[in-house]
Amino acid sequence: MAMKANTLRRHVRESFKSLGRNGWMMFASVSAVTITLLLVGVFFVIMMNLNNVAKSIEEDVEIRVHIDVAASDEEQKALQSQIEKLKEVESVTFSPKEEELDNLITSLGEEGEAFTLFEQDNPLNDVFVVKTKNPTDTMKAAEQIEKMKFASKVKYGQGSVEKIFEVTSVGRNIGLILVVGLLFTAMFLISNTIKITIFARRKEIEIMKLVGATNGFIRWPFFLEGLWLGLLGSIIPIIVVGTTYYYAHGYLSEKLAGNFIQLLEFSPFIYQISGLLILLGALIGIWGSLMSVRKFLKV
Amino acid sequence: MSTTLLFFSTKKTLGDNMIEMEEVYKKYPNGIVAANGISVSIKQGEFVYVVGPSGAGKSTFIKMMYREEMPTKGTIMINGVNLEKLKPNKVPMLRRQIGVVFQDFKLLPTLTIFENVAFAMEVIEEHPDHIKKRVMEVLALVGLKQKARMLPSELSGGEQQRVSIARSIVNNPKVVIADEPTGNLDPETSWEIMKIFEEINRNGTTLVMATHNREIVNAIKHRVIAIESGMITRDEQRGDYGYES
Repeated sequence: MAMKANTLRRHVRESFKSLGRNGWMMFASVSAVTITLLLVGVFFVIMMNLNNVAKSIEEDVEIRVHIDVAASDEEQKALQSQIEKLKEVESVTFSPKEEELDNLITSLGEEGEAFTLFEQDNPLNDVFVVKTKNPTDTMKAAEQIEKMKFASKVKYGQGSVEKIFEVTSVGRNIGLILVVGLLFTAMFLISNTIKITIFARRKEIEIMKLVGATNGFIRWPFFLEGLWLGLLGSIIPIIVVGTTYYYAHGYLSEKLAGNFIQLLEFSPFIYQISGLLILLGALIGIWGSLMSVRKFLKV
Repeated sequence: MSTTLLFFSTKKTLGDNMIEMEEVYKKYPNGIVAANGISVSIKQGEFVYVVGPSGAGKSTFIKMMYREEMPTKGTIMINGVNLEKLKPNKVPMLRRQIGVVFQDFKLLPTLTIFENVAFAMEVIEEHPDHIKKRVMEVLALVGLKQKARMLPSELSGGEQQRVSIARSIVNNPKVVIADEPTGNLDPETSWEIMKIFEEINRNGTTLVMATHNREIVNAIKHRVIAIESGMITRDEQRGDYGYES
């Protein structure tokens, strides 16, 4: 049912009037949203950064397939296309044994000098470096490759990779549970504060029902009121989280320079977080007020 | 309005049945039986007093008409609509055809007189221009045009009741239901309220009024339905209040 512009204007007017009339309740509700969103915001920033670190570690995971020295060029090509056909695999890069030796020498630094002797008679294998689409599929892909002909050795940091995946997945789940828990707490806080303001207005609701207002009509001002409360409550968290991250990012990036840990860039990350906080604030506010008005709408 | 109006004879043409109850029972969860087999029909344009001792079931009888309460058994038809079969989302449509007036006025203290009446029209999404015109019209009818900008607390009890009557008729309902509208008012003010009800009824609106006011019932003759222990004990055209004391 389309709403008339006049009616919408009335609802907006009513919702603001009610905020003004219930100043203290509004303050309590906004505070509840503010505190929750502050916690959620800080938590999210930390979690997203940890997630980012985990992701970059995960992305470094690759499978190294040593090609049997006995393999002819055709057989080597066959192996490559066989690996490429695996559905988990994203890319296969060929790394000749000369390159492998160079890498080894550089990675060993000064001691690597000794290995230059091997340049005459390179004992290393040619290697296919395999990347999977999803890092967690590494084990599965490696298993399949191992069974292939002319794949003499398959390495992906067995043992440690599994551990990394376990740690990151547990970390993500705990984070998610905490965020969801926080959000629910906030919703109940808000629904309770708004319930008190609505309790004071049950006479108004009763009269509205008596003169033939539909439930939808009665709900609208409350819906908007919840929306305003949520939006107001997201202002301080956005400012605090944004400013803190701006300075923390500057300070920590310097400290962490050269390390494999990299913080997410201020932009667009903080804008995304802000958007998320606004959205959460609005949802919490709307949900809270609609939950509390529900009870009074029963005929 | 002159006082001759009070003795206005009921030469009205009555229409179809506006309110029909058939074998209506109402038992509350606490075991009290407030309606024990009520059958009655009230025609369009009628003026009906509902009398009876306190706790006899008058309020329940009235509340079932605008579906504030649902009967445990039996059928209620309002203007041809079976309330039992009325879907909850259609209840607002029913209520718009019925104006309700209460003993305690039920005005919103933070709104002006004008806003209190306009409220009933905003709720059904009337156009603001129309609302303004119509509200001033009904406020004139109840003699409160000059006090439109005041708050309920600045008015006397009788005036507040007139505001609530204005609100009940602002949407041109087919029925006005009043539950002890003069219960909180002194005799003189009560007569003023009755004048307004008479006027509303004269314009063809069905009026059902639960009352304890013997003087009024005996002076302005209308149909009297007496309820005792949830049953209709008497139903007389141009009846008397009938109870001693």
